[in-house]
Formats: sequence, structure tokens, C-alpha cells
Amino acid sequence: MTDLHSWMIWPDNTALSVLTLLLIAMIGLYAARTPMHGLIRATGHAFAGPLRLGARWLFATAAGMKERNRAVLLAQGRREVGQRIEREFERVGIQVTRDLQGYPVLQRKLLEVITRIEEDYKKCGEVPPPPPDWVEAVAAVAQIKTGGGEVVQKILDEIRESVERIHDKAIAEYRRAYEERHDILEGSQPFWRSIDKTLKQVDRKMTGLQESADTIDAQMKKYRQIAAKADEAESILSNSAFTQFNIAVIVLTVALGGAFVNFKLIALPMSEMVGAGDYITASLRTSEVAALVIILVEASMGLFLMESLRITHLFPRIATLNERTRRRMIWISLMLLVTLAGIEAALALMRDMLIADKQALLQSLAATQHAANDGWIAGIPTAGQMILGFILPFALAFVAVPLESFLYSARTVGGSLLVDLVRALAFVLRVLANLARHLSRVLLHMYDLLIVLPLLGELMVRSLRSGESPVKVKARAVDSPGKL
Amino acid sequence: MIKRAFLASLLVVGLTVAVAGCVDSRSQAHAVYMLVDTSGTYAREAGKARLIINYLLGTLQSGDSLAVARVQNRSFSEKDIIAKAMFDARPSQANAQKRAFREKMDAFLRTVSGSAYTDITGGLIQGAEFLNETGAGKKTILIFSDMQEELDKITIRDFPISLKNIRVIAVNVTKLGTDNIDPRRYLGRLDAWQKRVEGAGASEWKVINDIERLDAIFSKS
Repeated sequence: MTDLHSWMIWPDNTALSVLTLLLIAMIGLYAARTPMHGLIRATGHAFAGPLRLGARWLFATAAGMKERNRAVLLAQGRREVGQRIEREFERVGIQVTRDLQGYPVLQRKLLEVITRIEEDYKKCGEVPPPPPDWVEAVAAVAQIKTGGGEVVQKILDEIRESVERIHDKAIAEYRRAYEERHDILEGSQPFWRSIDKTLKQVDRKMTGLQESADTIDAQMKKYRQIAAKADEAESILSNSAFTQFNIAVIVLTVALGGAFVNFKLIALPMSEMVGAGDYITASLRTSEVAALVIILVEASMGLFLMESLRITHLFPRIATLNERTRRRMIWISLMLLVTLAGIEAALALMRDMLIADKQALLQSLAATQHAANDGWIAGIPTAGQMILGFILPFALAFVAVPLESFLYSARTVGGSLLVDLVRALAFVLRVLANLARHLSRVLLHMYDLLIVLPLLGELMVRSLRSGESPVKVKARAVDSPGKL
Repeated sequence: MIKRAFLASLLVVGLTVAVAGCVDSRSQAHAVYMLVDTSGTYAREAGKARLIINYLLGTLQSGDSLAVARVQNRSFSEKDIIAKAMFDARPSQANAQKRAFREKMDAFLRTVSGSAYTDITGGLIQGAEFLNETGAGKKTILIFSDMQEELDKITIRDFPISLKNIRVIAVNVTKLGTDNIDPRRYLGRLDAWQKRVEGAGASEWKVINDIERLDAIFSKS
């Protein structure tokens, strides 16, 4: 009880004691106002200053990183577009070489056909010999009056017969001539078709060339944009990188599933090769690691194969190999891959045999009846496992393609995310710096609130001394707290 | 250059596998020593012993060890080991060993005859010796017995034994006629064995009477 009231100046009068202590505290706080304000301000600055500095540094770092990311992205884009243009030119080159090589033959063929058609045309243009002059003679004879003379009649009959005979002969001649022309025209039909076909072929090739030229134009436009460091090009490349990254992640996840199935297929039979009782860690068997190594070696072989085939470009050294060495690498990788696939198929078969053996043992230990043999149906899983074992290494080989996309796009995506992270951190630091600064101001005002009575007294005294109204003096004080 | 790097990577992979193969694997192996009581009326429980042995054969893996010994007048002898095997690292060979083991055990259990005395302590000492020799990381002694030790007058077993880091599991501890009259005898017998086994440094003491719960043999309590 005594302890509880020890702070009281007048133990019997709590209110008076409190009031007195408050007055003493107020006077003490008023006296310490200037150093306390300084302390609060300094503390505020001590927190806010480094935080602002940190925020500024992080913003600057983020800007630098963004610039670097941009440079890397544009360089990657330039390289990719450059490669595409190079390949397009290569294609066009092959196309032009192939087509131009055959062009003299084509031209000769066309000329021959055209000459032939011209000849045929000329032949068709040869008119049959004109009718003889006897037509006019016949007309003249027709005007002769018989006069009922028998001799004249006879002569005229003979003339008529002769004319008819000659007419029939002429008609036959005409028909034969026309038949010949028809035959010639009929014979020239394949040549027309040949010309049509050849011209279509030329047209198709020209269209192909035109398309390639258009593609090159589009790629060149892109290349120019990248070279000019245009924002549009950066935006397109960035979006493309994000899309590539997502696709690559999905495909790699699928590939990982395939690798897991592959692992399950060969982990058990590998114990037959390296032993089932060897452990690397408490739960990791050597056989499992060996199976994993086999799968990784297969993936590596696939990578080398894809690289040698110039489908991927992860190793610049392989890309710059000469043609002979590159072909050798293709064959070596392929042979190793086929060998590993064969080993996997054999291991898959062994796995099936081991499981069957274990099953038989367990059945004999359980002293139950043996399961009936399902005949050829029982062979389906075995065959399936063997086929899977053979196919999966080749399927895994193609992982190189999404892996390349993943690696290249991960730089852009990772860099972009890192920039965002640094910016977010800078923002948080800036918010904290502002918070510290405003908190120090709030504390200053709160301090002044505690010593409001002495401050009012000071205000009155100052106004009396300066002759200004207390309102003006207060307004000045509000503008600069702590400087009354 | 590429070829050299390729060959070097293959070499590294090969060496890794080889080094991994050299890691001592015995610490992960499991060794089980089973004592089968063939004394007096307990010899009639031989059928259940077969079930337990079959369970062990089906559960133990390549690299594990199994030995089955009988408990009779004096059991501290290698001659009492009926069959023993350290299962081959290759699963196919291990399966063949298990078949041979089972056949040996079948032959023994068909011709099992009761003995006059029961030297469980001698069997435990022999079992501990066998298990320590295997160098396995996990060591278990299974005692297929009613845990009623009966020794002749000249056999000395009342001295401290060492069962350090060995799990001891009593299986199918049947109640004797006298246990039914006073169950405290049965409980007292088990308590006495627990004290003796734990006093000898055993890592675990367990009693499994339900043959359907044999999976508890390999699970930690």
C-alpha cells in the first residue's frame, strides 16, 4: 500500500499530487523540447535515410538489370532471326540451284515442243490444191442447150459422169487432207499438255521462291527492328519468350513423366546388374542411381544427336564442326542411342521375368494354388514393356528441343521476374522510409501536444514582445513545428 | 574437343557408379536370427514356425541374412543352426536361395522331435554372435517359444549376456497350463525376459502373439 502511493507528493490528495506531477513533467518536457525534437527528427532521418537510399539503389539496380535483360533479349532475338534468315537463304539457294540447274534442259524441252507445235501448225495451214479450171468449163457446158439431139445428150451424159467421178475424187482428196490435219492436231495435244505442265511447274517454283522471298522480307523487317532496338521488337520478343517458357515447361513436365516411367521400367532389373543390396544413402539404392544414370546418358545422347543434326544449338562447338565430323557424331550418337534402347528393352523383359519369379516364390511360400497361365494374353504386358523400353529413349532424345527453349527463355523470364522482385523490394523500402519520416513528424506533434500549456504561454509572451497577433505567431509555429 | 569432353563425362558417370557401388551397404542390410523352440509340447507349434519363416523369406530382400536355429537342451552351438543364408545381391539368385531355404526348413519341420530341456539363453548368445558377424545394420532375433527356459543341472547360463543393438522379438508365446491357473506367472515370465534382454543392451523388446500381425516384426514400436 505504501509502495503504491510512494509517488504521491501529498499522499492524502491524489488529484493534487497528479496535477503537481503533471505540471512538473510538463515543465521538464518543455525545457527538453528542443533537444527532444532534434532527437525525434534525427531518429526519423536515421531510419528514413538508409531506407530511401536502399530504395533508390534498388530502383537503379532494377533499371540496370532491365537494360541488361533488354540487351540480352535483343541479342538473342537478333541471333534467332539471323539464323532463320540464314536458313531461309539457304533454302532459297538450294531451290534456285536445283531449279536453275534444270533450267537449260527445261528451256530446250520447251523450244523443242514449241518448234514441233509450229511445224504442226504450218502443216495444218497447208491448203489442199484449188479446184481445177474445169469448174468453169462445167458451168459453160451446163448452159449448152441439148435441143433434143441424141449425140449432144450423150456427150453431156459422159461429161456429167466424168465430172461426177472427178468430183468424188476431189471430195475424197479433201477429206483425206482434213483427216491428216486432224491427226496432226491430235498428235500435238500431248505437246500442249507438256507445255502446260512445264509452265505450271515453273509457276509453282516461282511461287515458292516468292514465298521464301516474302518470309525473308518479314524476317529482315524484324531483324531491322531488333537492330534498331525498337520497343515493339522488344515487346514481341519478350512475349515470345514467355510463351516459349510456358510451352517448354509443359513439354518438359511431360518428358519428366516419361523419364519416370522409364526409370520404373529399368530400376528393378538394374539391381540384377549392380546388385540390389548396395545403398548410397539410407534409402537410395545403387541400382536406382544406375537406372537414373542410364536415363541421363540416353538424354545426353539425344542432346548430342539433336545438336549434330543442327536441330538445337546449345553447344556452339558442335555447330561449328566440319561436315565430316558432324556426320560421324550423328552416327555415333544414334548408334549409342539404339544400343541403349536395345538394353532398355532387354531390361524391361528382365523386369517382367523377375516379377514373375518373385510372384511364383511368394505363391509357393503362401502355399496357395498357382494362378492359371493366361497364354498369349499374359505376354501382352511383357511385349508392351519391351516396346516402351525401346521407344522411350528415342522419345527422351527429343527433350533437347524443349530444353533449349527452356534454357533460352528462362533467362528472359527469370530476368524479368527478378527485375519485378527488385522493384517491389524498392517500393517497400520507399514506403517504409516515408512511414519513418511521417512517424517522426507525428511524434513531434504529439510531443508538443503534451506541453501545450507552456507553449501557449510562450506564444503569448512572443506576441506581446513582437507586437504581432498571437494568431500570426501560431501560424508561423504551425508552418515550422518545433520552432516557435 | 567435344569428343574428349563426351568421353570424360562418360568416365565420370562410370566412376560415380563405381564409387557408389563401393559404399558399404551392410549398414542397410537386415539380419534375422530365428530361434525355434523344439522342446516338449511346444514342438507341436512347428506349423506356425513355418508360416513365420515363409513370411521372413517373402519379406527379406537381397543382401539381407536369415538363419533359423532350434532351441534344445543346449543351444549355444553352430550345429543348432538348421539353415542360414545371406541373400545374393541379384534378385534372381536371392529367389533361388529362398526356395532352397524353404525346402531345407520343410524337411526339418517334418522331422522335428521334442527335446527335454530349453536353452533360450544359449540360443540368444549364439544368435547375437551370428548377427554381429553379418555386420548388418538392423539385427533381429525372433524367439519362437513359450519363453519357459529349462536347463539341466550342469548347464550354466546365469551370467550377463550382450545383445547390444539387437531387437529381440518373442513370437507365439503360448500360455502354459500353470499360466492359466495364475496368469501372473506368464506376465512375470515375460517381464523377467524383458528385463534380461534390455539389460543385455537390446535396442527393443517386443512380443507378438498374433500370427496375423507378423508385419510388426519389421516395424519399430
